[in-house]
Amino acid sequence: MSPLLTVDDLRVSFPTRTGTVEAVRGVSFTLGKERLGIVGESGSGKSQTGRAIMGLTPSQARISAKTLAFDGIDLLSASARQRRSLRGKRVAMILQDPKYSLNPVMTIGRQIIETLRTHERVLASEGRARALAMLEAVQIRDPERVFDLYPHEVSGGMGQRVMIAMMLICGPELLIADEPTSALDVTVQLDVLAILDKLVAERGMGLIFISHDLRLVSSFCDRVIVMYAGRVVEELPSANLADAKHPYTQGLLNCLPTIGTHRHPLPVLERKPEWAL
Amino acid sequence: MTREVLSVRDMVVTFDEFVALDGVSLSVTEGQSFGIVGESGSGKSTLLRAVAGLNSFESGTLTVSGRRYSGHLRDKDFYRTVQMVFQDPYGSLHPRQTVDRLLLEPLAIHGFTDVDSRIARALDEVGLGTGFRFRYSHQLSGGQRQRVAIARALILEPKILLLDEPTSALDASIQAEILNLLEQARKDRGLTFVMVSHDLGVISHMCERLAVMRKGKVVEIVSVEALENRTFSEDYTRQLLVASEGFRRD
Repeated sequence: MSPLLTVDDLRVSFPTRTGTVEAVRGVSFTLGKERLGIVGESGSGKSQTGRAIMGLTPSQARISAKTLAFDGIDLLSASARQRRSLRGKRVAMILQDPKYSLNPVMTIGRQIIETLRTHERVLASEGRARALAMLEAVQIRDPERVFDLYPHEVSGGMGQRVMIAMMLICGPELLIADEPTSALDVTVQLDVLAILDKLVAERGMGLIFISHDLRLVSSFCDRVIVMYAGRVVEELPSANLADAKHPYTQGLLNCLPTIGTHRHPLPVLERKPEWAL
Repeated sequence: MTREVLSVRDMVVTFDEFVALDGVSLSVTEGQSFGIVGESGSGKSTLLRAVAGLNSFESGTLTVSGRRYSGHLRDKDFYRTVQMVFQDPYGSLHPRQTVDRLLLEPLAIHGFTDVDSRIARALDEVGLGTGFRFRYSHQLSGGQRQRVAIARALILEPKILLLDEPTSALDASIQAEILNLLEQARKDRGLTFVMVSHDLGVISHMCERLAVMRKGKVVEIVSVEALENRTFSEDYTRQLLVASEGFRRD
């Protein structure tokens, strides 16, 4: 079986006044119907990797890759029209903060139906029924009421559920989640993750989970890629996280304060220049 | 010696109709590190801001180092004793002032004369060195900005430091550096900390006692040992503890 997504030697660079900034420098991986985590600090290029796959890289950036293919379609040579037909329908992306990524002047119901009607010819009544069913699937208690609300009228956790509903309504084969719970309260995070986990498992899609939280990613995904300065420094199955070899991965694991361990001072990452080579 | 340096009794803060703090009481002894946890909207930041005089409070009492303070109006003496570090290192430094100018301001207000040596020492102490003195905040990374904010708070040699989510906008590895810096400063100067965070891991690392807040009320006050041994009584504390342990597939 050919993989769902093939990324080989992906590079994203931004020309600036002071020279070219290389955000992603030769990232390669393949993805089937599995859960892949991409972990790294801010500036490691993890989000730009996700955005390049989605086709959301800013126009001034330069993208190159030996292969960047989704289900056999070469994404780099695909026309804008072809990419639009993929985006939302077969590849979907959940962004970090529902406060900024939902349309503030459109009701929640209309936004969800908009996604649906962009890709499928559906009757108004059917669209409404499917949007309501989707809101119910993300465990919103009163879908009828939420359907007519504006994004500012719901909480962050509920906004993120709405986003998940909107992204999954067309039944995508690949879902990219870029820090889907970082803007949420700790108590709400687990609920949203559980919903996401259940839907991904039920609908059998590939998932790329981008986060700075190594522990969270390892508990959620099958396989983890660790990025540093635009490169993949380590790739390993989540279950074997304790066997991480790269000092950066070990450093990321160790520097978190946890309840019940007393380490004063906390171990800090010693960044070595050769990691970035 | 355990002398009470900060005490809050039945504090009420309202914003129009909304009751943000509903009769909150707590007391912090000298040299202690006290944590406040809760989800957003629980009133934990409001409590800190009310103590710092950034919000006025309707009723209740605030006593700091034996002096009573009212809902608003704090004198200079108060700010010699109490300083605050804010959550967002991008928003809490003046974008058009150099680090030097930022650190000069509190010194000028309080009439210090040996400003040069104090600024150099403050920068040294937070691990930045004098090379950063004439830079603007936009030339610094998030972690470096938070170090400047800590230097600005420590430069007046306060007794109490109020920390409002000082590391939640930072990467995990930078968080460890800032937490170590804060612990070192506390050890060196015998500071009292009141630290707000939504991360129980951070609070249990930094603090000896903590208050769990929800909907403007203190749910319970427990010691960190009790948290570790799970000998607390409230279900909400348990929920927070479970949430902090990360995702688990049932």
